[in-house]
Amino acid sequence: MRRNVITAILYTAVTTVLFGLIYPLVITGLAQVFFKDQANGQLIYQGGQLVGSRIIGQGFTGDDYFHSRPSAAGAGYDAANSSGSNYGPTSKKLVDRVSSDVAAFKRDHPDRDVPIDLVTSSGSGLDPDITPAGAEFQVARVARGRHLSEDKVRQLVAKNTLGRQFGLLGEPRVNVLQLNLDLDRVAPVATR
Amino acid sequence: MTANGWFQIFLFFALVLVCAKPLGVYMARVFEREKTYADVVFRPVERVIYRLTGIDETHEMRWTEYAVTMLLFSAVTMVMTYAVERLQQFLPLNPQHFSGVTPDLAFNTAASFTSNTNWQSYVPETTMSYLTQMLTLAYHNFFSAAVGIALAIALIRGISRRESKTLGNFWVDTTRASLWVLLPMSIVVALLLVSQGVVQNFRPYDHARLVQAQTVTATSADGKSSTQTITTQNIAQGPVASQEAIKMLGTNGGGFFEANSAHPFENPTPFSNLIEMFLIFAIPGALTVTLGRMTRAPKHGWAVFAAMTVLFFAGVLVAYHAEAQGNPLLHGVNQQASALQSGGNMEGKEVRFGIANSALFATVTTDASCGAVNGVLDSFMPLGGLVPLVNMMLGEVIFGGVGAGLYGMLIFVILAVFIAGLMVGRTPEYLGKKIESFDVKMAMLFVLIFPLSILGFSAVALMMPSAGLSALGNSGPHGLTEIIYAYTSTTANNGSAFAGLSANTHWYNMSLGLAMLIGRFFMIVPMLAIAGNLARKKLVPPSAGTFPVTTPLFTVLLVGVVVIVGALTFFPAVTLGPILEHLLLQAGKSF
Repeated sequence: MRRNVITAILYTAVTTVLFGLIYPLVITGLAQVFFKDQANGQLIYQGGQLVGSRIIGQGFTGDDYFHSRPSAAGAGYDAANSSGSNYGPTSKKLVDRVSSDVAAFKRDHPDRDVPIDLVTSSGSGLDPDITPAGAEFQVARVARGRHLSEDKVRQLVAKNTLGRQFGLLGEPRVNVLQLNLDLDRVAPVATR
Repeated sequence: MTANGWFQIFLFFALVLVCAKPLGVYMARVFEREKTYADVVFRPVERVIYRLTGIDETHEMRWTEYAVTMLLFSAVTMVMTYAVERLQQFLPLNPQHFSGVTPDLAFNTAASFTSNTNWQSYVPETTMSYLTQMLTLAYHNFFSAAVGIALAIALIRGISRRESKTLGNFWVDTTRASLWVLLPMSIVVALLLVSQGVVQNFRPYDHARLVQAQTVTATSADGKSSTQTITTQNIAQGPVASQEAIKMLGTNGGGFFEANSAHPFENPTPFSNLIEMFLIFAIPGALTVTLGRMTRAPKHGWAVFAAMTVLFFAGVLVAYHAEAQGNPLLHGVNQQASALQSGGNMEGKEVRFGIANSALFATVTTDASCGAVNGVLDSFMPLGGLVPLVNMMLGEVIFGGVGAGLYGMLIFVILAVFIAGLMVGRTPEYLGKKIESFDVKMAMLFVLIFPLSILGFSAVALMMPSAGLSALGNSGPHGLTEIIYAYTSTTANNGSAFAGLSANTHWYNMSLGLAMLIGRFFMIVPMLAIAGNLARKKLVPPSAGTFPVTTPLFTVLLVGVVVIVGALTFFPAVTLGPILEHLLLQAGKSF
């Protein structure tokens, strides 16, 4: 028995070095050499200032930006505190939150139903995307806010739209942060 | 439900099916110590490990020694994990300067990762240092999986050997599972995941200046609301890809981040999502082929695979249908699927995955004992959330955890053969071995410990308003489901959660920790006892009264036994939870 305990301890020590240290270090080395950008989080810099990650969402408000989905991560889009709302389907809190968000979005199109993704929080609270339906719903408002034609705004939406991967995997989606950064480039809002 | 959605579901399953045979045959060769291409690389490493640890690789173990060695190894790794968690503030690779983990949480987490559960009562990105995650949590991801495979192989040997006292060597089986099977696949997949955008670094968390500063209103406990302007976004980093690969391949499921595989840094693209789902089923599916090959009854392996397949598709159909319907309590919203959106119940789901991939992932992760999630299960529709719950209640034998799924299913096979024997009035035989009273008693022990832990702990939690009920995140029938789900997930060693339950409390950490240990080790011992007993038996030649275990009839009977045992045990609890919630939701009631 004593010998067995010693074997177990030695075995744990040896395999921990191999699988707990060497393996992740080797993967880190290879990742940093071959996929440096992806391995570090696809960070976006503007004039040396870090402004976000291409695959992590941020919150936006007002008329001149496309809005992201509601977020339950920290105080909203806190990428060091990811989380969904965990509201059940029969939760009053869910129903109330959705109806208040719907009321806000209805100002854009009183006669249309709001695409569901715009008023539901994502699983991570960091969803970088909205659906093409969610983007189209906001085009008129953003065009007004930016003094751009709707066609110009649609062009920018199309530029930031990803179809299904390899034509068949996942769902089509629009990256909100990159779309809004494009808006700032094309039609900057002076007072901010 | 859309055509593309079903296409993606079938594509996923085709991948699993195509890879089952080559991987299964390869594993049989690895554990029968035949030559493989990987020997050149791993044989020298294996020898070094045995030399450093004083393991005699020719030593054969009886089932009792196999069990004791497995328990000892698990205990040592569990203590190591507890120690590293408690002491992480003094150890390197802790750029966020997290303090030591509290004792009850450290116990819960150590039990969780040792038992292949990966239940997480904590928010990883605000609790665990990089070192803790890679040195202990990712380490367990390898070795709880390797132990699971070793145990399944021991049971297969029990079935295939005759008049033998021994089942193999625990150390050799575990080492070969980790070196020959888990490590090479993890390396390839980790790099594939990085190419998709899963991060792999040791950076301190990044601080981005928000493109648009956000004003948030927070309401404090005393009802006062205050506004606050947020100008920066903190971005958690870490060595994620190396852990992500083995987290899925070993059906572990413990996220590097709280949001698990919903987090863009853990699961950035639809392709990474497909890889992750495939990894969950890869080894469990292939092990049925290993079973067929090592028992020289390949058709039996496929018959078991077929039973798993039937149960899998039943789950996907229900979950996908429920989630695609959308939530009738929400008004003024468009939940219709179209070319521009996937529609449906999007609360807790990511746009890039949509409905089909979220429902599929939830089904796959709970068929197997993985427990990773790419969406919030707590926010699934009542019947959508019922599928993960029932998958676990059936004992996680629908492909199941690596190793654990197969040995769980083989217990049901023994019961199915026993019931078939009763029906025709002959002594039941399984692949030439007589199934006798001891085997059936142990199988029933295996089957009964499971609901005893789930329903017992749930009942106790429900009777304690302060310790049990105050942790609920939702009220009404959904609250009951949160509690039952927690004990089901931990006893089944799954680790997924209805995460509205605030489980990081003394009561839940301790009781859920115990449930995980019971669900793992109290079930392994009777299983190994059956293996040891079967190995000792003589081979009896098949006769006219032998129930063949290679036919569709057998598959149907096996599915029936799994469903009936699960349904009889859990139907009352499920009725008061998700089914009641579904009916109230249809009547327009919210809580």
